[in-house]
Amino acid sequence: MIPVSHYLFLSLALFAVGVVGVLTRRNVIIMLMSIELILNAVNINLVAFSRLYGSVDGQVFAIFVIADAAAEAAVGLGIILAFFRNRKTIHADEMDLLKW
Amino acid sequence: MMLAKLLFYFFALLAVGSAVLMVTRRNIVHAAVFLVTTLLATAGIFLQLEAEFLFVVQLLVYAGGIMVLFVFVIMLVNLDIEMRAVRFNKQWTVAGALAFVLAMQVLTALWVGRKTFHLPAAPAALAERNTETVADALFSHFVLAFEVASILLLVAMIGAVVMGKRRAE
Repeated sequence: MIPVSHYLFLSLALFAVGVVGVLTRRNVIIMLMSIELILNAVNINLVAFSRLYGSVDGQVFAIFVIADAAAEAAVGLGIILAFFRNRKTIHADEMDLLKW
Repeated sequence: MMLAKLLFYFFALLAVGSAVLMVTRRNIVHAAVFLVTTLLATAGIFLQLEAEFLFVVQLLVYAGGIMVLFVFVIMLVNLDIEMRAVRFNKQWTVAGALAFVLAMQVLTALWVGRKTFHLPAAPAALAERNTETVADALFSHFVLAFEVASILLLVAMIGAVVMGKRRAE
């Protein structure tokens, strides 16, 4: 049988790749996609532990995480669209209106 | 048993590989396609963990709904400029080092406890009637959270409409 730690290693790898994406890319859309990646890594953990403890609660939590991800994607992409209409850029380091 | 292992490692490699490709591609459309691959591989992991309902939800909501939203926005913003732009921001070395340190920290913790958890065979009730069990938990024990989630989705929908609307002059 596959140990739970292997699922945790997979989840860690996806999470780390997502963190790298959020911190290093300039494109805001790719940053949002990386956040979706991070949420997915969390879901793998939740489902693996749900299986480990023989309880369905982890899967219910994963459903809530997916609902959150949908809400976040809708609002985040709406903000990106509004911003692109006003400033003609989707690069995070050019969004510096509030910078000194 | 052998098949389960094979499936797990196949889906895991697919997920991690396309995640790395997603973060490094220049073209946003390619990145979106690789994100779809990662999401499908994750759905495969769910299926392998005998979470059938979550597998279908992942396919419908993530690979269906959310990705359509992403591709829609990608098509609305300017692709030509992006193809010539610098991909990474100025602090990418520091950010990469920080992410590496974080990953190593969690990896060490996991490595110390790698022998602790062994996945038991799923209980019969969980394996055979997955959707029914999930629905039971969702509508009895977690019903308040379920209602809050529906309000959150309503607020997000209104927010997206307000953000997407062109302001009347």
